Amino acid sequence: MTLDQLQPNHRGRVTALTAPAGLLQRLMQFGLLEGTEIECVRRAPAGDPIEFRLLGYALSLRRDEARFVQVEAQP
Amino acid sequence: MSAARVELGLDDDRLPLIATIGNPNTGKSTLFNLLTGLRQKVGNYPGVTVERHVGETTLGGRRAQLVDLPGAYSLSAHSPDEMVAVDVLLGRIADLGRPDAVVVVVDASNLRRNLYIASQVLELGIPVVVALNMVDLAESRGIRISAEMLAQRLACPVVPLVASKGVGIDALKSTLAETLTSNPVPFVSFSTTIRMAAAALVRELAPAGEPLEPYEVERALIDEGGYAETRLQQRFGAAAKSALARVRVELGTAGSLAALDARARYAWINQAVDAVETRGAARTTASDRIDRSVGHPVLGSLLFLLLMAAVFQSVFAWAAPLMDLIDGAAGATSDWIKTTLPPGAIASLLADGVVAGVGSVVVFLPQILILFAFIIFLEDSGYMARAAFLMDRLMRWCGLSGQSFIPMLSSFACAVPGIMGTRVIADPRDRLATILAAPFMTCSARLPVYALLISAFVPTRSYLGGLVNLQGLVLLGLYLLGIAGGVLTAFLLKRSLLRGPTPPFLMELPPYRVPNLKAVLYRMWERARMFLVRAGTIIFTVAIVVWALAYFPHWGSTTERFAAERAQAAQTLSGGELDAASADIDHREAATHLEESLLGHIGRAVAPVFHPLGWDWKISAAVLASFPAREVVIAVLGTIYAVGADVDAENPGLVARIRASQWPDGSRVFSLAVALGLMVFYAFCLQCAATVATIRRETNSWRWPAFAWVYMTLLGYLSAFIVYRLAS
Repeated sequence: MTLDQLQPNHRGRVTALTAPAGLLQRLMQFGLLEGTEIECVRRAPAGDPIEFRLLGYALSLRRDEARFVQVEAQP
Repeated sequence: MSAARVELGLDDDRLPLIATIGNPNTGKSTLFNLLTGLRQKVGNYPGVTVERHVGETTLGGRRAQLVDLPGAYSLSAHSPDEMVAVDVLLGRIADLGRPDAVVVVVDASNLRRNLYIASQVLELGIPVVVALNMVDLAESRGIRISAEMLAQRLACPVVPLVASKGVGIDALKSTLAETLTSNPVPFVSFSTTIRMAAAALVRELAPAGEPLEPYEVERALIDEGGYAETRLQQRFGAAAKSALARVRVELGTAGSLAALDARARYAWINQAVDAVETRGAARTTASDRIDRSVGHPVLGSLLFLLLMAAVFQSVFAWAAPLMDLIDGAAGATSDWIKTTLPPGAIASLLADGVVAGVGSVVVFLPQILILFAFIIFLEDSGYMARAAFLMDRLMRWCGLSGQSFIPMLSSFACAVPGIMGTRVIADPRDRLATILAAPFMTCSARLPVYALLISAFVPTRSYLGGLVNLQGLVLLGLYLLGIAGGVLTAFLLKRSLLRGPTPPFLMELPPYRVPNLKAVLYRMWERARMFLVRAGTIIFTVAIVVWALAYFPHWGSTTERFAAERAQAAQTLSGGELDAASADIDHREAATHLEESLLGHIGRAVAPVFHPLGWDWKISAAVLASFPAREVVIAVLGTIYAVGADVDAENPGLVARIRASQWPDGSRVFSLAVALGLMVFYAFCLQCAATVATIRRETNSWRWPAFAWVYMTLLGYLSAFIVYRLAS
């Protein structure tokens, strides 16, 4: 599944990134790499953007960005 | 030369330079302020609107210069801020030179992401000191970091700090003093193959003597589509483009170099952090508790609306008394000048030109200060990012991002602080679109103009049992018109002149903290000073020019004629009658001088241009005179209609005279159609020298203020024409 499908209060682990070059580098600089554990915290009232928690900090991503991140659900 | 300076290899007039760099929200600016005190200079880097903070400190008895680089998550430049950071670190800013040491400020509670930029700075061959800040916050989250072990891993000194409480500053200073005098810098590289390829490219591209560092080429190779690549192409043309593409293929990696580079850095970071960090049980922090209610979809949105209403209201309501005070003081000063000095050009220049000009600048100060108090408080507390998070979807509708919301809202009070507030917007195109949309928002200077015209021409009719009245509805309509103008402008610009790929909107939501009062006050003062100095000079010049146009030639014969009338009145009248008569003579004299002035002539000359809108020369002259500051139109109309220059919008005398004004053939000048057209003109037209000056300052060129001025004036003219034709 992709990161934008992760439900609030659910956790996942990044398995792959499919973003184009510029966005890919940005995502990776913010710590979204294969193996990173990530939790969906909440969605904005309109469902977009989405707040995630990773590496001990909170990051806001738009749906159009989150869908380039493949994750597997974690318990 | 002292022994220490010889060791440093510095000449006598250059102080050692230390750069501070780090992610946003790491307390970097707090640390910089602590090190430099308030001995700092704020300016811009050449050619870009990136703020430059330079200060001085003493390290072990020696003076040193400090430069605070803009907050950045990496040196892979995709924004002007990040490019400036790279330029400073490479010594490309002429009057700064290459830094002798770099302090990388990292947030101890969020070590991994913060070490990313540290890993890039370590490669530059400049001595590095890592300032491990906010260790108290980390400990409250159960995170403990061994500074000694981290120092071993990074091969550079690491100093634990709590900058907000001043803890660890002395240790940091003495470490910096040692670093400046000793320390061979270890060689660090995350990919020696890329570095070697970059060095070969330097020899290939740059002729002898041309300054080009392997690091710049390395960045251009890795950051596809970034600033470094663009700049290399600008300097060396198509050869650079093809060479970069060729080398990327030669390096023969499966994925992109950027991904390879990032993976290598995080692998190194994870190894280091796993070894130096221990995590206890995570405790729920105050920030988490706040976030639970503020982030709640219903409660959070309500709180947001309340907060924005409070901001909007206070900028209006709290600033008003102060603005009246400034206005009153300016008025009293010019009255005093007029009564003290003999009447003539000098007294008028001082009273109507200088004092009124200065007054028209200073009067914005209360709004700027109050608004910036809010903006800085929201930013430093961590709420600003949440506001952008909430508003992002809505703002995207007109092609912008959530970061544009606060500047737009601010512009309802005054576009000047709104435009200054666009510095929080990371993407240059979004920022420019916001700057050009902001002047459409109904600012407080439009309000008196609307109030005058509405009270003069819109009938007082109420509906729904007095809940709604027509005058209020028209005012609301004008506000909505402004919003529509701004939104459409941003929308069209983002699809034409400012078209480009949607910038990524990756935004950190920092933990909530209590802002430092001293820092808030200092930044407010900085904004105020910036506005007074830069905008002030331009507005002041314009005010003097308009004064001169409205004053000269000031025929002596006219003055004599009214003097004779005054003398006659003094002989025939007395008491209250005399006072009334001389006031009337004063007003008619002022009106006659204005009619005979250059402005009067210009008004008549351009009247044909405005004739299609139904305006006579008086309205045309008043509108022309109000281009430096739109609210001036009331005073000019007052003079032209000879009620006295000190009228206000509620003045029934002015309202009555405007209503009664006639064309030479006896028909009324002002109809509802003319008034509506005039209001629409004021809704769209950019009649504000302060805004023009601020756009010039914030975009660093005359191109955009010229564009905004022409575009808004044409839009105002056309809309006024359409409204006039439809309504009459």
